[in-house]
Amino acid sequence: MPALEILGLAKSYAVGFGRKTLKTALHPLHLAVEAGEVFGFLGPNGAGKTTTLKLLMGIVFPTAGSARILGHDFHDPEIKRQIGFLPEQPYFYDYLSAPELLDYYAQLCGVAPGDRRKKIPELLERVGLPDAGKTQLRKFSKGMLQRVGIAQAIIHDPKIVFLDEPMSGLDPLGRREIRKLLQELKDQGKTVFFSTHILSDAEALCDRVAVIHKGELRGIGVVEDLQSKTHAKTEVVWHGSHALPSVAHLVSETHATGETVRAVISVQDLDALLERLRQQRAQVISVTPMHGTLEDYFLIHTSEPETAKA
Amino acid sequence: MNSRLAAITLNTFREAVRDRVLYNLIIFALLLVASAPLFGQISLGLEKLILVNVGLTSISIFGIIIAIFIGIGLVSKEIERKTLYTILSRPVRRWEFITGKYLGLLLTLVVNAAFMTIGFFVALLVVTRSLTRDDAGLLVAIYFIVLQFFIVTAITLLFSSFSSPVFSAVFAFALVVIGTFAEDLRNFAALTEGITKWLATGAAWLVPNFSALNVIAQVAHGEHIRPQLVLFNTLYALLYSAAAIALAVLIFERRNLK
Repeated sequence: MPALEILGLAKSYAVGFGRKTLKTALHPLHLAVEAGEVFGFLGPNGAGKTTTLKLLMGIVFPTAGSARILGHDFHDPEIKRQIGFLPEQPYFYDYLSAPELLDYYAQLCGVAPGDRRKKIPELLERVGLPDAGKTQLRKFSKGMLQRVGIAQAIIHDPKIVFLDEPMSGLDPLGRREIRKLLQELKDQGKTVFFSTHILSDAEALCDRVAVIHKGELRGIGVVEDLQSKTHAKTEVVWHGSHALPSVAHLVSETHATGETVRAVISVQDLDALLERLRQQRAQVISVTPMHGTLEDYFLIHTSEPETAKA
Repeated sequence: MNSRLAAITLNTFREAVRDRVLYNLIIFALLLVASAPLFGQISLGLEKLILVNVGLTSISIFGIIIAIFIGIGLVSKEIERKTLYTILSRPVRRWEFITGKYLGLLLTLVVNAAFMTIGFFVALLVVTRSLTRDDAGLLVAIYFIVLQFFIVTAITLLFSSFSSPVFSAVFAFALVVIGTFAEDLRNFAALTEGITKWLATGAAWLVPNFSALNVIAQVAHGEHIRPQLVLFNTLYALLYSAAAIALAVLIFERRNLK
């Protein structure tokens, strides 16, 4: 049973004079996330990532479709005991201290008082805020608030955690710590669904990713598979710059240092290039396949929608 | 009370208690109550009458101001600051959120009224040198003021569930002012004919009847308040606020929180 099944969730907003025009924020979305997976939900700003998460959390209501979380209807309040959620750029009750905030959220999830007393200091330590003490959240930096946000999302030990841009506002050190924390959640068998536009985070953490653009799902799969779907290239290095003019039409980029030439070509042109180099009596030093990156895949699917659909 | 409702109620109370604006209002109100004996000095023999009028009216007006100014932000602030997102992603029903917010603000107002009542009775003791059994009647007037808070908080929350804070404040203040003259509105309705009569009667029944909940003048003159009125006002305030909260819940249950 998937931990999360999105069954055609869609959202349109009535806009304009008399609210007669419908603006589609999310086209019917179909998606399944397996239990224990770290799933990245990628897309540029305004792609529909936050709308999807708001729909799943019951903050806005869908125009069509439904979803199942851990086998239950997503509107079932009881299933929310098993859900943790960190909104984008979270803002918490700034008159509370971090322990008070966590205590409040734990109460809302029905965590027993004894467990709360034990878990809160442990969790604050885990997110790197062991000295949060009685300081009110209004005095916290953005990075500290993000850590409190992660802590509130997991205070009740949920089975599935939804994080909207969890790395936003964090410095490199903070990002590394949150990455570590997400890895720990994965090691504990939790399902993690997080939206981001920072692709290196997705590459480093995710088992699978989905790319969404203009409210439409543009691609989904294992990170390596998606990378291989981009146009793979090969780097060839040879000795003998005299051969360069005869192969110039085959290579996309070249860099010559004395007699040594480095060139990047598409895989289908590799044989032709090697044949020409042999004819010119150039000495091939290395042939290295270059993998496409998630960024390549992302850019193809978000900047040129027509090409991507084709 | 379920634990989620209790948690939201107590957090709302805590928010209000930690708000400096509340203290400014309370201090101002207490100063007004404390200054009442001074008003009495310029009108010999009427010290107690003036103290009761000024004191109880202060408790009522400042409570209503606090109810409206905190009440208008109860829901809209949570939406604007997105704190509601982390609440609704938990097993919290929307009705629990609205009801918890209502009870939290009500608790704040009751505690506030209790402190002001103590201040009022201290001032009364200073002026009259002793308290009599008849002074217990003043507690009935204060109880009615608390019943006003029930209604004002509920209607403010109702407006806050669908409107902006500014409009909520305007609507709530307008209803309080109209409600203060509810009896006059009913008398006016009785004198009119045709569609005006229908409209005036409808409006008179729809607005909260604060004139029935205001017995300050009677108790200041030592008049006894009938138990039937206490019972009627209690039921009225409970039903009116329950209806307003139910409507707020109905609206909020269907609301997309952008």
